[in-house]
Amino acid sequence: MNTAVAFQGYLRQDGRKGIRNLVVVAYLVECAHHVSRRIVTLADDLNVHLIGFPGCYPNDYAYRIMSAVCTHANVGAVLLVSLGCESMDRERLLTQILASGRPAELLVIQETGGTRATIDAGLAAVTRLREQAARVKRVSMGLNELIIGTICGGSDGTSGITANPAVGRCFDTLVSAGAACIFEETGELIGCEAVMAERAVTPALGAAIEACVEKAEHYYRVMGFGSFAPGNADGGLTTLEEKSMGAYSKSGSSPISGLIKPGDIPPTSGLYLLDVVPDGEPRFGFPNIADNAEIVELIACGSHLILFTTGRGSVVGSAISPVIKVCANPDTYRRMAGDMDVDAGRILEGRASLDEVGEEIFKNVVAVASGARSLSEALGHQEFILTYKAFEPIGPACLPVHHSR
Amino acid sequence: MNNSPASIVGTHARAILLHPEDNVLVCVTQLQPGDELLIDGREVAVAEIIGVGHKLARRLLRPGDKIIKYGAAVGSMTAAVMPGAHVHLHNMQSDYIPSHTRTQQKPTRSENR
Repeated sequence: MNTAVAFQGYLRQDGRKGIRNLVVVAYLVECAHHVSRRIVTLADDLNVHLIGFPGCYPNDYAYRIMSAVCTHANVGAVLLVSLGCESMDRERLLTQILASGRPAELLVIQETGGTRATIDAGLAAVTRLREQAARVKRVSMGLNELIIGTICGGSDGTSGITANPAVGRCFDTLVSAGAACIFEETGELIGCEAVMAERAVTPALGAAIEACVEKAEHYYRVMGFGSFAPGNADGGLTTLEEKSMGAYSKSGSSPISGLIKPGDIPPTSGLYLLDVVPDGEPRFGFPNIADNAEIVELIACGSHLILFTTGRGSVVGSAISPVIKVCANPDTYRRMAGDMDVDAGRILEGRASLDEVGEEIFKNVVAVASGARSLSEALGHQEFILTYKAFEPIGPACLPVHHSR
Repeated sequence: MNNSPASIVGTHARAILLHPEDNVLVCVTQLQPGDELLIDGREVAVAEIIGVGHKLARRLLRPGDKIIKYGAAVGSMTAAVMPGAHVHLHNMQSDYIPSHTRTQQKPTRSENR
């Protein structure tokens, strides 16, 4: 497989390179959601995305993720929309985005004159920001500058046999080409902690991985439910650890280079595990209320694009980073082909090998990185969820290899 | 299947063995009552509908037996079943956190771990 491919990226002033050049409109509390949505709807442009945080109470995690996604490599400009009385530190956020070299504006609804005035002002701002973002420099970009995240959603008994190991093959190719790859959801890796720890580049990292899965198990036990949906059982999965074994195969066979938390950007190429389960005693509810909450965290870690495997048939995409859908179940593919970029169910019916599907996923990665729209992206899927959480910084054992990307 | 990937170590036409040590097979096309399967050289008649992605017993399984899939334990049996039987929520449970369904969302069984 030819991995010496290059494509045209967008060079940001902070030195990062993106594969999209988006304007994001971010509401900073639910009270500013409607106004922001109207601005995005009226702008009517697939490159203008709506993101936001609904809460009025302060939260360090939410601030960190919001600032990480607003300064993401795929983002060219930002419009912040505040009601005016919420806790999110809008001035600090604006300053941080401007410091990254991205054009940004802030509208405060209470100061702008209410709904209609802010929608009008927002549309004018988006027009200005689009023009400024369009001046970005195009530069050559290689696989060694890409960060790719993977997630599974709507898993069934076929996921762990077809789509997940095929993504694992693609991850092996990407890691050997110098990319950084991230897998996640430690609550869906319960039962895999020992095998996973053996793949860590140092014993101390292995111990940190085992501790983080133990934390996840405790957290879900307190919640009273594992990360296991009724549809998983409909699709033939019986237990959380069975789902875990299937999910784990997305990681491929590379050594695990580090353990990161939401908002941490992988410092080198290699395979990284993202710990998505909050630290400390459980509060604020379930770690991730739905798949898109995990996708936002992968994006906050710099993921340029997301490989999403599904058996039952998820249709979601995401704001900011394109989502490539890999369908595990051949029956689901036949029902929902318009949502699925890759038909991995062929493996189950003997029409393709794991290696062939892995290579097809890799080709999709190159095409989407080069500007082709994934199906969910072309359909306009731009889901985004950000909720309350609490994290401690990662420990010294988590990133044994340090180089700046 | 002529083009079996490496991780699928054996095929039983309509159900596959993922790992030599597994005691369950994974259904590849939906099975109907009366369908005949050849499991490890023995003819087995299927007694129920088993959907794609679902598990069936490779051999006689007893309560407390660990279910091995991908070569790893993925839960324990709560009832005895014959070869070819559907293995799912009605006769198998997690060794970690109980699973829930749309109708049963208050797991009551005691944790065994």
